[in-house]
Amino acid sequence: MMAPETKLDVALNCPVPLAAQDSILLGHGSGGRMSGDLLRNIILPALANPVLERLDDQAIVNVGGCRIAFTTDSFVVKPLFFPGGDIGTLAVNGTVNDLAMGGAEPLFLSLALILEEGLPLGTLRRVIESIRLAAALANVAVVTGDTKVVEKGSGDGLFVNTSGIGLVPSGVRLSADRASPGDRVLLSGTIGDHGITILSQREGLEFESAVASDTAALHTLVADMLRASSGIRCLRDPTRGGLSSSLNEIAARSRVGIELDEKAIPIREEVQGACEMLGLDPLYVANEGKLLAIVEPTAAENVLEAMRRHLLGRNARMIGTVTASHPTMVTLRTRLGTSRIVDLLSGDQLPRIC
Amino acid sequence: MKYLDEYRDEKIAHGIVAELFRRATRPWVLMEICGGQTHTLVRYGIDEMLPAGIELVHGPGCPVCVTSLETIDKATDIASRPDVTLISYGDMLRVPGSRTDLLHVKAEGGDVRVVYSPTEALKFARANPHRKVVFFAVGFETTAPANAMAVWQAKREGLTNFSMLASHVLVPPAIRALLGSPRNRVQGFVGPGHVCTVMGYREYEELVREFRVPIVVGGFEPLDLLEAILMLVTQLEEGRVAVENQYVRSVTCDGNRLAQKILADVFEVCDRKWRGIGGIPESGLRLREEYAEFDADRIFGTEGVTADEPAECISAEVLQGLKKPTDCSAFGTRCTPENPLGAPMVSSEGACAAYYLYRRHVIAARQGS
Repeated sequence: MMAPETKLDVALNCPVPLAAQDSILLGHGSGGRMSGDLLRNIILPALANPVLERLDDQAIVNVGGCRIAFTTDSFVVKPLFFPGGDIGTLAVNGTVNDLAMGGAEPLFLSLALILEEGLPLGTLRRVIESIRLAAALANVAVVTGDTKVVEKGSGDGLFVNTSGIGLVPSGVRLSADRASPGDRVLLSGTIGDHGITILSQREGLEFESAVASDTAALHTLVADMLRASSGIRCLRDPTRGGLSSSLNEIAARSRVGIELDEKAIPIREEVQGACEMLGLDPLYVANEGKLLAIVEPTAAENVLEAMRRHLLGRNARMIGTVTASHPTMVTLRTRLGTSRIVDLLSGDQLPRIC
Repeated sequence: MKYLDEYRDEKIAHGIVAELFRRATRPWVLMEICGGQTHTLVRYGIDEMLPAGIELVHGPGCPVCVTSLETIDKATDIASRPDVTLISYGDMLRVPGSRTDLLHVKAEGGDVRVVYSPTEALKFARANPHRKVVFFAVGFETTAPANAMAVWQAKREGLTNFSMLASHVLVPPAIRALLGSPRNRVQGFVGPGHVCTVMGYREYEELVREFRVPIVVGGFEPLDLLEAILMLVTQLEEGRVAVENQYVRSVTCDGNRLAQKILADVFEVCDRKWRGIGGIPESGLRLREEYAEFDADRIFGTEGVTADEPAECISAEVLQGLKKPTDCSAFGTRCTPENPLGAPMVSSEGACAAYYLYRRHVIAARQGS
């Protein structure tokens, strides 16, 4: 998935480069403003073309009269195994979802493995079995692949890349630049489950939590939604960077404002509790089995109903509205009825001291 | 969620605000001490709900913001050494020193790790006897007892590869410095709830007697802060000055005696330089002589490191409540969370960063109109 566009370039104009970035920091991979800078300053100037410049989760290209969706994603999760899934399930579902967010029916995947010297074969077998199962569940086939081995210390056990292609049905046009004032924002379920699951497994935190990753392939949910209405303008799966990054991207691309209702955003108690304890904002925590839909106002009820009939959308809610005011900004109506910005984070969310 | 939603209830909040409108007959300038309180106030837009005459200014209680430039320089210097693992609370990593920050040191190969508790650092030191493990101990009286405990434990176990770069700061001397300044405008304080959970509030009674300003020890949820503000305004309108405790579910008059004891055993009071404010006498904690073998500053010979702050930043005035973040010409342009010129833009609890993160749309709308 490509990182979102940024909307401010103040960082480049600062006369005092106290934190000037001349090398890659972990924050460049956060999906926030730093990821956007990397994309805009280094990658796009060299490689730009009309398809890439759309910066959607997938490219949609015409091949022999067919509209093909094409995407790629790399997976570097630690730990490799966690409640609810592992790096293998993520690698299949993540790419399937990037295709699905373009409205495509996923067909084929590639699988590239970067293995670190010393990785137990048993670990690899477990991951491959997960990939087999996830691909079977999503009804996609892994049709090509590659393996490379790097020296011990040059990788983190196992990195996985998957690419995927799918077919986009005629008439389906979903893109982040199609949001329009009055549209409704729908969310398929609770936020933050995946990110908090991973965090709770990390060394040094070790808090007990009953949360499991929400990793799931969303293409059948998308198909149900598209069948229910032609009024869907944009779909996004809010993975890295969470709800906030996806919505900021849509607001920037469509040059609209988005206003969220804090009370309407579903969060599990365990996730909310962990976020309160760790000083994190759940709006920035990653999801791996949720989608956001921007829908024409008259279609919202129909689409919401279709989502709720699907297992992966049963907790779907309407969480906000697209506005003409404050274009490119996402705001949140708080529980107290006041309003605040939901900004793109600069880099990773860092836990607070107190 | 239980124990949270009750303190974020819209109806009760508006009830307290209505009461404030009834009681406030003139303008008052109030200061909340803690960064955590600033964060809640701005995040929930509480300052926007208050009667126009009640001005909230944001105090110096963000530990990340007030940690001096030279302390950050010491940390980045120590973390750059190949045999060292520097362990820190998360939000210290992005704080720029005069040359670099810990995130960059990490990117260049320094072993920098994040924990939520100093006991995790101890655990790491035990498991990695060949690494010199340094815990970067910053914060107010809130974080100090756990850090003291870690050093005490390390001494008891005879751990030789664990040390602490300690730069703790104390709230009462900072309030004293603010109130003693001839430019002081603050007429009442929302006291630091978590600091008082540890220390109790007797020290604040002295301040009230000496300077004749009310202090209400407050919590961190929206209703806590609204209630604390109401209690302050009530005192001011009635012409009373006293310490009152809003945060009764956590704070007692005497505080946590065990925590105070371990603090006194391990640390001693010292003069301390605050980023954005300057030196304040007897406003910090350092390791006692008996714990010198755990003092990273001595072990790594960084005692002489000094640094000056950028001149453009008005953080001294912001941290003293003399100016608002938006009064600064660099706010949001030359000074952003990505490239902070000064302390309050550094952590999300800093006043400037909180305004930048949550308030830009309101500020932009006002400037446009």
